[in-house]
Amino acid sequence: MADHEVLTPVPGTFYRRPDPDSDPFKNEGDAVEAGDTVGLVEIMKNFQPVEAQIGGTLSRFLVETDDTVAAGQPVAVVDDGA
Amino acid sequence: MKRVLVANRGEIAVRIIRAAHDLGLEAVAVYSEADGAAPHVRMADEAVAIGPPPAGKSYLDMTAIVEAAHISGAEAVHPGYGFLSERADFASAVEGADLRYVGPKPEHIALMGDKARAREAAEDVGVPTIPGSDGAVTDADEAAEVAGEIGYPVALKAAGGGGGRGIRIVHDEATLHTQYKTAAREAAGAFDDARVYVERFITEARHVEVQVLGDGERTIHLHERECSLQRRRQKVVEESPAPRLAEATRVGLFEAAIALCAEIGYRSAGTVEFLVDASSGEFFFIEMNTRIQVEHPVTEVITGVDLVAEQLRIAGGEPLRLRQEDVAPRGCAIELRINAEDPANNFMPSPGPLEHVVLPAGPWVRIDTWMEPDGEVPPFYDSLLGKVIVWGPDRASALARARRALGELEVEGVKTTKPLLATLLGEDWFAEGEFNTGTLEAWLEETTNGSAGG
Repeated sequence: MADHEVLTPVPGTFYRRPDPDSDPFKNEGDAVEAGDTVGLVEIMKNFQPVEAQIGGTLSRFLVETDDTVAAGQPVAVVDDGA
Repeated sequence: MKRVLVANRGEIAVRIIRAAHDLGLEAVAVYSEADGAAPHVRMADEAVAIGPPPAGKSYLDMTAIVEAAHISGAEAVHPGYGFLSERADFASAVEGADLRYVGPKPEHIALMGDKARAREAAEDVGVPTIPGSDGAVTDADEAAEVAGEIGYPVALKAAGGGGGRGIRIVHDEATLHTQYKTAAREAAGAFDDARVYVERFITEARHVEVQVLGDGERTIHLHERECSLQRRRQKVVEESPAPRLAEATRVGLFEAAIALCAEIGYRSAGTVEFLVDASSGEFFFIEMNTRIQVEHPVTEVITGVDLVAEQLRIAGGEPLRLRQEDVAPRGCAIELRINAEDPANNFMPSPGPLEHVVLPAGPWVRIDTWMEPDGEVPPFYDSLLGKVIVWGPDRASALARARRALGELEVEGVKTTKPLLATLLGEDWFAEGEFNTGTLEAWLEETTNGSAGG
């Protein structure tokens, strides 16, 4: 059971949903594949996807919607099952 | 009126504070936790913290801003551009709190903010609009019927959209049917309004806008600005006068802008935007922006009129001081927008510490900015760092001065659009004034091709 942190490449404001009326990209416990979007970071009116680098189970989020994040900050944890 | 609160940040907050001080008024700044050290906070006579960094919790918090006005003893609120500047409910909240709103009446913000109603208002006074549906359409079939009448390509536009958001271009009926549903859904999500309308898409269009000033009784125009050079419908370079614009078209634009504003009794500064068909010279009303615009200095430089100061005077209850014949533009002005974006990396936003800043200066160079050495560009707001505005007695000398001024600009610490602008200023088609609203993006695709913007 190896945990991997999903890092945001850019600073800004974190969102778990593509827009306020949609479901979250991922919920805790969901399966993820490498390249899946787990959230968005709004940076200077642009939305940058935060993608999982490795497949597995998204065990938990470390930040929530509207939280301020720094570049390189972990936003979620993926358990690769290994 | 002695004290005005500036409900904004960045270069426009600095700009408004300067206008207030020029008039002998005191200025109150508001700031988020990300902007405690920002220049607008230092320049103001008082500054009030209004919340955490994300704009939704600070610069868009109407209650916090009205509260800040009360605790600081401000009598008026200037919204700047962006943020709450086109929110009729904000203007109403300000006026409802016994404060003066430095801008139009709330009902005019609401009218022009609804593209379908704005278009009707233009048609009512005989201002040409782009051929299209009579207001919003009810479904894809009606959209297809309208498109069949006016001819493809057509644009599907969100009734509640603006600033280029919520627009889809479709080239045939099959695509229209598939795109209609997406357009309506996106409109509902983005603007809380699923209504969509249809209009002709002009292939070679120039974006030309007319600056107006009104006091609720009388309106004057302050000539035009050419703003066709856009990327993703964000303006990059603006100038006045518009090159290659027939005099008859220019006069027609002024008359149309005045007719629209006179009809409603418009108050404060505003901009009436038109598309000019480059091939036929026909022009069409597209929208009216009921606020000061980013590119307003271009007009100030050629007319000698301080538009922000005039806004403040009008908000203070003074009648418009200028007659139409007092507005006598001279020479040519060009504005270059300096954004914290990396043109070599698909315009990726580039926040961070400003390590080194040298601003251009010298004859007929104006810099509107909040950049300063050791400053910090937060990731939470738009990427505009500043504007380089130059004047020359004619377009060629203004262009030469733009190259000189841009050459003096040094910014280290964040990536900026300076290299892209420098390349653009060397292009023959730009020097010749031969461009339309599609030119910049086509040029970017051609010249960058995934690599540098120069």
